[in-house]
Amino acid sequence: MFNYILKRLLQMVPTLIGVSLLSFVILQLVPGDPAELIAGMDASPEEVQIIRERLGTDQPLYEQYVQYNLQLLKGDLGTSMRSDNPVLQEILERFPNTVILTLLATLVTVVIGLFTGVIAATKPGSARDHASMAFSLFGISMPVFWLGIILILVFAYYIPILPSGGSSEFKHFILPALVLGISSAAVLARLTRSSILEVINQDYIRTAKAKGVREWLIIYKHALKNAFVPIITVIGMEIGNLLGGAVLTETVFSMNGLGRYIIQSIQFRDYSAVQGSILFVAFIFVIINLLVDLCYAAVDPRIRYDRKEA
Amino acid sequence: MSEPKAVPISVQVSSEAAPLRSGLLRQILKRVGSNKRSMIGLWIVTLFILIAILAPWISPYDPLEQNMDKLLQSPSLSHPLGTDEYGRDMLSRIFYGSRISLMVGIVGVVISVVFGVALGTIAGYFGGRIEALIMRITDIFMAFPGFLLALAIVSVLGPGMMNLMIAIGIFSVPSFTWISRSAVLSIKSKEYIEASRSMGAKHSRIIFKHIIPNSIAPIIVLSTLRVATAILSASGLSFLGMGAQPPSPEWGTMLSTGREFLRAAPHISIVPGVAIMLVVLGFNMLGDGLRDALDPKMKV
Repeated sequence: MFNYILKRLLQMVPTLIGVSLLSFVILQLVPGDPAELIAGMDASPEEVQIIRERLGTDQPLYEQYVQYNLQLLKGDLGTSMRSDNPVLQEILERFPNTVILTLLATLVTVVIGLFTGVIAATKPGSARDHASMAFSLFGISMPVFWLGIILILVFAYYIPILPSGGSSEFKHFILPALVLGISSAAVLARLTRSSILEVINQDYIRTAKAKGVREWLIIYKHALKNAFVPIITVIGMEIGNLLGGAVLTETVFSMNGLGRYIIQSIQFRDYSAVQGSILFVAFIFVIINLLVDLCYAAVDPRIRYDRKEA
Repeated sequence: MSEPKAVPISVQVSSEAAPLRSGLLRQILKRVGSNKRSMIGLWIVTLFILIAILAPWISPYDPLEQNMDKLLQSPSLSHPLGTDEYGRDMLSRIFYGSRISLMVGIVGVVISVVFGVALGTIAGYFGGRIEALIMRITDIFMAFPGFLLALAIVSVLGPGMMNLMIAIGIFSVPSFTWISRSAVLSIKSKEYIEASRSMGAKHSRIIFKHIIPNSIAPIIVLSTLRVATAILSASGLSFLGMGAQPPSPEWGTMLSTGREFLRAAPHISIVPGVAIMLVVLGFNMLGDGLRDALDPKMKV
């Protein structure tokens, strides 16, 4: 297992270099000179030149890229053009809200997704199977921001029991987490259903049934456990989608999180903040993928040994 | 959110995928016809395509015509879906909006298919260093949550329809690269490829005559599902102000302005969302059905 972890960590390095290159390129593609943008309309050429030197944009590109990576290694994601604060600091102020939102949404995903998948798979072809799959089809096809607006309409306006926006208390997170989790729950439900259906007719399940083991125990102990690897994969991938979806959810519910920060930065043309945030999210996403991989190496030892390093 | 519902990492293409070389379209239609879910999907998609084509003739009003006497009206006989904050007819705007959504979805996916299949086929067919390079780059793109990547691209290119399609196109390229590569890998070692090569066929002939036609089933399925994702993401980006700009009757844009009148006129927000959901549902059902019809073992 140790070798496997080491190997996966090493594999991360080229990906991270690529990610930093991509986010560097993104900023280069912005039309216009960032120094002029910061200096403003009526700055003299000398002032612009001073800012250019401060930013390092008077250097050749490869030099800038090397410089950029050295800064990144020091944990410096640049300075916000809007507020003059370090971008990392601004991100970290908002990130906890996004983390809470994403975790709660993951909880919604897992609970609703597994539950729906299991009740569908235990009686394939029945009314509850059709209902579950219809739910998941709609869940996948619904725009999150629309669902958010509908829930605000119902639970904040018509039956005013929950706030329509904000992020200071727990109750602010209920609707957003529900909204954000639903579409991933729908994906997970379908996968859980098909994974269980794949194993449900195996001999060992029939043996367990013949022995008189209770149905929920069979599902939990035998069927679900064997369906675990694809389920973890999807949960890992969905966390990435949740991070992306947080941009929309946070905007709809006016939450002070990283997603809305990205949107605000784009609107203010604060490109260093955009670049820093996107890099930050990609970095988190790479780490999550690593954790997911390690998770299933732990669940299923074959994954460790198959790749010939043990 | 809304973003890649496909599971490109675990893509497996079963070798039993039926060959679809002769009468491709007819065979697909025949198989889809026997699948109820995909038929419903096909009807929904066809309906929206018809609406998009016929929009100028079937819309009761001009989608951009303002009418200050009829602001924020609820649905009525003269305005079946009500009017918006400028008194514009919602039904006409929904009809015209289908043109935008379908175009963004389809053009975006065409961009990703062209690049993704080209890259995936090259990677799978030639292998070696080219494959390693292509797949590494693909990995890097996949390290960004898809919706954020599209967001980053439009934020740099600037809002607008063309940039929206490019962004949507780029963000689906990796999944097409993955799926066509694995399809090619499963076909490459087949005997008929070897036979063709031993008869002196050029790489280009083998690729275009054998590899691509035989790996097309998963690509068709993924494209259909991806149109759904693309429409969802595009409306999300427009909702955030990064795509189509007002007064364009783009559904996501309509939703974001409708939000300000949520209390007074909820229909302005509800209606475009239903439209998005229906068309996305149509493509998802069609895609699911196509997968079941073409190759049930495929895990797209």
